Amino acid sequence: MPQESELICVTCPKGCTLKVLHEGNQVIDVLGSGCRRGKEYAICELQDPRRMVASSVKVRSGLHPLLPVYTAKAFPKPLIPELAKILRQVEVSAPVKINQVIIENALNTGIDIIASRDMPKL
Amino acid sequence: MKNLYDVVVVGSGPGGLAAAISAKKNGAADVLIIERDMELGGILLQCIHNGFGLEIFGKDMPGPSYAQHFIEEALSLGVEVLLDTMVLDVRPDLSVIMMNKRDGIQEVQARAIVLAMGCRERTRAQILLPGTRPAGVYSAGTAQRWVNIEGFMPGNRFVILGSGDIGMIMARRLTIEGAKVERVLEIMPYLTGLTRNYVQCLMDYDITLQKSHTINRIIGDKRVEAVESVAVDEKWNPIPGSEEIIPCDTVLLSVGLIPENELSKNVGVTLDPLTGGPIVDNHFMTSRPGIFAAGNVVHVYDLVDWVTEAGFAAGKGAAVYALQGEVAGVKQIALKAGENIRYVVPHLLDIDSLRSESTRLQLRVTQPVEERVRIIVEDEQGDILAKKAEPYARPGEIITLEIKPDAYEMAKKAQKITINCVTVAQKQTTG
Repeated sequence: MPQESELICVTCPKGCTLKVLHEGNQVIDVLGSGCRRGKEYAICELQDPRRMVASSVKVRSGLHPLLPVYTAKAFPKPLIPELAKILRQVEVSAPVKINQVIIENALNTGIDIIASRDMPKL
Repeated sequence: MKNLYDVVVVGSGPGGLAAAISAKKNGAADVLIIERDMELGGILLQCIHNGFGLEIFGKDMPGPSYAQHFIEEALSLGVEVLLDTMVLDVRPDLSVIMMNKRDGIQEVQARAIVLAMGCRERTRAQILLPGTRPAGVYSAGTAQRWVNIEGFMPGNRFVILGSGDIGMIMARRLTIEGAKVERVLEIMPYLTGLTRNYVQCLMDYDITLQKSHTINRIIGDKRVEAVESVAVDEKWNPIPGSEEIIPCDTVLLSVGLIPENELSKNVGVTLDPLTGGPIVDNHFMTSRPGIFAAGNVVHVYDLVDWVTEAGFAAGKGAAVYALQGEVAGVKQIALKAGENIRYVVPHLLDIDSLRSESTRLQLRVTQPVEERVRIIVEDEQGDILAKKAEPYARPGEIITLEIKPDAYEMAKKAQKITINCVTVAQKQTTG
């Protein structure tokens, strides 16, 4: 039996309310999306939900004690708590350049964790 | 440092950086940014979450990356920078008094000034939050700076008052750093931040939001031990019997932002009581000739991309003013907030400028409308200069639309321009 679920698209700040007609995790139709990314989001959300994750890692001898980092791509949602734990233990040394890879292939997802900014050496 | 600059920009957040870049690109030879922090970038540097740049770059960037892009561009264009320097006063003759540890008090003369001081968080005192006064009550932005830049965790168990974006983003951030967020309380019956942040910051992490709820009192002697929450009616009166004690050690306040306009007030810039920022035209010039304002100092935006765009307009206006001594045409017309519109920025439209370029309006509605609405920009005859359909209108989310050059002829004849937000049903009944 197809069912209807409501999802809020988080792809952009518009936050469209999507009415998703689906059978299990198979999307049949998506209504209410302002652009085509809404449908992609609904399919992804039902089958393999992902989010961009931003956090920070410790940095030695940098201008600040922390370096902001983020996932180069949206990261599988169920693995976010584990990623957060790992990031709390990472320490790098200044200087760091923007987009420098801090963790390669995090948790075997194929997704790198990269620096959000330059961090000059103090 | 020189004695005279074409354009002096106060503040180096997204508004100030964009203004400086745009001033340079529009012919200003000497441009100076004065920044009180140790580095350029402003509050973006502590906004390490994603969601920036979707409108301008078409990609999803964290705040520091977004800032770095514009920092590099400003520096490569030869914008001069004074860091760790506080502006003390801006004068009507366009001189700027500032102070730093190295040079003491100094004065610099500008041909045009862009105010880009951003905004400040509303504090506990401003919302009259009852209870004891223990340690552990902070504004959400202060906690954000500690957690994201300075490396301190301000507590372990949090209650967040206010569903503004910073509050929700901090709820997620603290959870990722291993803390427990017990509750987010919102006094309004609706979310005050973006809906997407409710989804990706609260729902994703199973954090409970209670609307029409507030803190009745803070409990604790030396340190916060709990808060007593309470449900409120539509007039914000506590509903007896709905009290609940929520144990926690830290309370974060995300209860609104106020444009930072001490310098503007001192120099005699006219402020709009609704936005808390200067009254500006579409070049972002204030009531003081030669003094421009860009970004959250004008009104609190919800997207940095629009702050950058406003900065570009202000910087261009400042460059033109610096070189020609004026910027706007003869006819300026007020943009009036009409039905269900709380405010519109800019406040004034320079009709001449519409001949060659569009003007973007930023507006907030007064009441939430959970059905299709039309935003209509019309003159006193009912002729429509611009319109936009939206699936809904919420006070927490800014609506933006453009008046395009094809409305120039109409605007030229207009005596009055009003912006209304009407439901599609209303539109049909009134014709």
